[in-house]
Amino acid sequence: MTTGALALVLATFLASAVETVEALTIVLAVGVTRGWRSTTAGIAAALAALTVLVALVGQGLTAIPIDVLRLVVGGLLLIFGLQWLRKAILRASGLKEIHDEVAIFAREAAEARARPPVDPRAFDAYAFTLSFKGVFLEGLEVAFIVLTFGATQGSIPLAALGAAAAVLVVTAIGIAARAPLARIPENTLKFAVGVLLTSFGMFWGVEGAGVSWPGNDGALPVIVLVTAVSAIGSVFVLRSRPIGTVTGASS
Amino acid sequence: MSRLRAFAVFCYDFVIGDDWRLALSVVLGLTATAALAHRGVAAWWVLPAFVVVASGLSLRRARRKNKWR
Repeated sequence: MTTGALALVLATFLASAVETVEALTIVLAVGVTRGWRSTTAGIAAALAALTVLVALVGQGLTAIPIDVLRLVVGGLLLIFGLQWLRKAILRASGLKEIHDEVAIFAREAAEARARPPVDPRAFDAYAFTLSFKGVFLEGLEVAFIVLTFGATQGSIPLAALGAAAAVLVVTAIGIAARAPLARIPENTLKFAVGVLLTSFGMFWGVEGAGVSWPGNDGALPVIVLVTAVSAIGSVFVLRSRPIGTVTGASS
Repeated sequence: MSRLRAFAVFCYDFVIGDDWRLALSVVLGLTATAALAHRGVAAWWVLPAFVVVASGLSLRRARRKNKWR
């Protein structure tokens, strides 16, 4: 396996693992409080919708010339990666609330209990909608990464494989634990994914703009290293004078 | 109409996120890189420079925003 293919699988695996942990928390909260019948149907519908989306958009992306694809996708990936990295840096430096799966589970479960109960054998629209939304919205970020990474690297199936492996691993751990996966270092994983997305976005964006990096593909590990060191350095600088906590979207 | 607006807001949040200036810096960085490349300049360093400056300013803004809360 080449370095690019390895990074492709690693990035999609890590991103998918993080989003699966978040989706699993919502699904568990709904399933435990409202029953599993409609919750499972919601999960299946969301996964089917995501599969269709990846298949349709993926086919379209492969028809675009590689330089245009690298410029557009590199730019999008860089914007996406910078947002992930920004949030991860703010969380690591104590300026933004850490994603707390136990607290989210408690909140979602309380909201689900507050809704009127339905017959366990009947269709529960609330459970279906909530589990569908949870899986689809978290999965959308993974689909975005699978499509952009996969198309630019020329292997959407390999990217999808990395993502699917993470879903299976995290789901298996979740079933075994029967609780929200609070012990998975979600914020650290998000930091790593942010570094990878930013680095690859920068690499492909510049190549798509018609410029070669010094050392060509050999520049990529250097970009990843410099991005990681810069991000960790930013955390240390921000930590040296902590003020409080930034509020805002916590995905 | 409200659904269309909600979808637009979702798309904005999904791609642009908390700080639109980061997205703008990427677009400007890529445009400058392409323009310099067109003139034969090995401009590989332009986009990283934009990214470093924009990220630094974005983090500083987040920290300052926090200060006045």
